[in-house]
Amino acid sequence: MKYFSVAEIIGPVMVGPSSSHTAGAVRIGQMARSIYGGQAREAEIYFYGSFAHTFKGHGTDVAVIAGLLGFSTFDERIPQALEEADRAGLKVTIIPTNEPADHPNTARIILRGELGQVNVVGISIGGGNAQVTEIDGFRIQVNADMATSIIMHQDKAGVIASITEVYGKHNINIGHMEVSRKTKGDLALMSLETDEEIDAEVLAELRSLPYMHKVIQIKR
Amino acid sequence: MQFTTVQELVTLCEDHHLPVWDVMIAQEIELTERTRAEIIEDMSHKVDVMYASIVQGEAGVTSYSGISGGDAKRMRTYIDQGLGLSGDFLLEAVAAALAVNEVNASMGIICATPTAGSAGVVPGVLYSCSRRLQLSREDQVHFLLTAGAFGLCIGNQAPIAGATGGCQAEVGSASAMAAAALVAAAGGSPEMSAQALAMAMKNILGLVCDPVAGLVEVPCIKRNAMGVANAISAAEMALAGIRSHIPADQVIETMGRVGRIMPAAHRETALGGLATTPAGRAIAQKLNEQKADLIEER
Repeated sequence: MKYFSVAEIIGPVMVGPSSSHTAGAVRIGQMARSIYGGQAREAEIYFYGSFAHTFKGHGTDVAVIAGLLGFSTFDERIPQALEEADRAGLKVTIIPTNEPADHPNTARIILRGELGQVNVVGISIGGGNAQVTEIDGFRIQVNADMATSIIMHQDKAGVIASITEVYGKHNINIGHMEVSRKTKGDLALMSLETDEEIDAEVLAELRSLPYMHKVIQIKR
Repeated sequence: MQFTTVQELVTLCEDHHLPVWDVMIAQEIELTERTRAEIIEDMSHKVDVMYASIVQGEAGVTSYSGISGGDAKRMRTYIDQGLGLSGDFLLEAVAAALAVNEVNASMGIICATPTAGSAGVVPGVLYSCSRRLQLSREDQVHFLLTAGAFGLCIGNQAPIAGATGGCQAEVGSASAMAAAALVAAAGGSPEMSAQALAMAMKNILGLVCDPVAGLVEVPCIKRNAMGVANAISAAEMALAGIRSHIPADQVIETMGRVGRIMPAAHRETALGGLATTPAGRAIAQKLNEQKADLIEER
């Protein structure tokens, strides 16, 4: 079955005009914000494919910006997100490109600020759902509708086991996991989808493990 | 109590002597573990969202791109002047459907039913029949649950997105859902709702998705007005005892089959249909020039 709930057919409540080009774009912005870790100061937003061709009429640009500001998909301020970004001290550059992308609705978002820099690629997969497909050059899949932990760690024997041990100890079930690395022994990126949201205590425990560089939790 | 097809849904209703909305709640509790009260509250909130978008649209809005808007207001004025030929029941639904889709195009808040592009049909029929049949809030919630139950049967057997099935999958599904829910609201049986669904969907088979400039505006907004007319005529036929020669599930399967062989140019890509007419291209061209200006400004 593709659809389980009547809420998926009668709903979602969202800001128009397009579930894929507007609501999905907000979700991409939200995920980029979570991966950065908060409010950035500068955002470069690259649009590919259909996003590059129709972003203006669909408000894909303001939708992504709204997500970067932490707005929901039904926030009335979405159309004015550019002004809201000014107010929040976020400088935005929109760059539509003709470069090929794997998915027609693709955005690359580079965020900079006090917390450093991240480079995130997101795709809008339809019905308001979105995925992140790349973080800082690592190919990885993060679904917007799943609670997901993203962990950057040293590529070293035993590290993955030490991470999953923490989840097991707290009785948190991992539904899906992926590990991605660029070169052997360097940095690796792991994503773990869990059935439950993980709390601050578990996050702190993960961060205290050896060889951890960054631990991020993406909420559903 | 679970269903995937219209036949399964109707059989559950008949075997348990339950209306469609009650079977819908039963399945929802089983599959999503939400409580009955939560499900009803969610649908009641969605009724509010729908009505708010109707009021907003009929007052007059302009789309985010600037290419559409104001037609719901024109229809409102026409109705209020008593000029309508087809009667208030149809025209109120038409005005409401236009309103919701104009609000959608203006980046206002809507409830996607089942998609954003087809979000006007179910609220349009609900709004008009609530006035005509003096439906209570409870009845209105039941209307949405009935529409949603039939919508699940459609969505789980065929595509409901324009990109995968054309407009027949979006406005087609929405009008079939609205037709079935209208029959139930008027006191028709679950089987009569199924007949209305089949007739509404048959009438729209093959309709392409050809948005000008790739935007959910031209022709999408007016196709929602057509969707309510389709839904209402199918519901009235079913209530009159007219039956579809092809059963509902076979019509849904046909919609999916037609969608799968529909050329990509006619599935939301803006590479065919009305999007590639001289007038359609001119609108797209104008928007592209505005976009170039915008990028230079930054």
